Amino acid sequence: MKEIIDRLQELYPIGDFKQQNKSLALITVDKDKAVDFITRLKNEEGFLHLSIITAVDWLEKNKFQLSYLINNPTTKNSFVVRVMIDRENAEMFSIHHLWEQAATYQRELKEMFGIDFPGSPGVDKPFILEGWHEIPPYRRDFDTKNYSEETYFPREGRTKNVPAEYMKQKLYPDE
Amino acid sequence: MSKEHTEKRIVYSPEGDPIEVNPLQDYFCEDLPEVHKASSIAILENFRNWARSRSLWVLGFGTGCGAIEMRPLMTPKFDAYRYGIQWRPTPRQADVFVVSGYLSVKTLKRVIRTYEQMQGPKYVMALGSCTINGGMYWDSYNTINRLDYYLPVDVYVAGCMPRPEALLAGFDQLKKIIREGRGEGYNKYAEEFAWYKANQKKIIKDWDMPDYNW
Repeated sequence: MKEIIDRLQELYPIGDFKQQNKSLALITVDKDKAVDFITRLKNEEGFLHLSIITAVDWLEKNKFQLSYLINNPTTKNSFVVRVMIDRENAEMFSIHHLWEQAATYQRELKEMFGIDFPGSPGVDKPFILEGWHEIPPYRRDFDTKNYSEETYFPREGRTKNVPAEYMKQKLYPDE
Repeated sequence: MSKEHTEKRIVYSPEGDPIEVNPLQDYFCEDLPEVHKASSIAILENFRNWARSRSLWVLGFGTGCGAIEMRPLMTPKFDAYRYGIQWRPTPRQADVFVVSGYLSVKTLKRVIRTYEQMQGPKYVMALGSCTINGGMYWDSYNTINRLDYYLPVDVYVAGCMPRPEALLAGFDQLKKIIREGRGEGYNKYAEEFAWYKANQKKIIKDWDMPDYNW
């Protein structure tokens, strides 16, 4: 997999490269070149299968990291193409023209993280949530515990036990 | 009321005549639920309660992971049919609603619609810790914590998940409650309808159905 990257290094500004294991490598690509790069991997290098698109919220760095996991069914190798985008007005180029199913992932990312993909079919339609008016719930600055306590009438007197300690206390109180 | 299926619209008859339809008025009854008083003749009421407790018809609506516990219950291993408990496909035929586990807000909307379509007297049985205090999803952004703020619950079955034996014990308890004439959840819903509705509307933001879905 390193040799693919070495070959493409001249054409695309490829950031970090990390060989996670024999068949999985992580690479970071600039936002502007990412779609070009993925297209190249699909058309020329045989990475025909898009496994998943997912996002990570780097709140401290004020960035979203998009991860495209693409797989070569012949050699069984996978790349995670990581793209860092700004957190404010988060926007990324759609890849639904390469894989149709990408539209579904992008719809989910739009709803859960608020990352927009202009031109992706149905990206503005609600995906899972109905009538959601808060900030997107998977963003790390959304306080889910606080929201739940304010909204869903928590029952008083709920206590928590650490199972290991609780069992020890119950079963072997002398020790 | 934002969804278009509740808005006024013009439909055309087969002859081409325009007909104005207001779905909330034309498709739903506007009346609110009423309290049904028990008969003043004690022996008659006892007989009714006895009969009700002997044939519990459960709505086949699985809301969470607990739905999986109802399959062994209705098949020969636990065979709930021998206690007069059977599963029905539609809310109109059922009188016990087993809310089987966690409820997301989206599911709660369907549960409320379904519960209101059931014919009285009707009972709600809530399975698992998720319906009691939120269970393991207590701090989730999308699951409710206590079911009794949205629907009147007659019996809780605790556990995560309760086994089919626990469900049978729950049904036993429900029968006892009905025979003693304490299965009044559905009257409670009619009495405190405004309170229940306020709670429901607080969390269901895009309310696109009539207030009472009878």
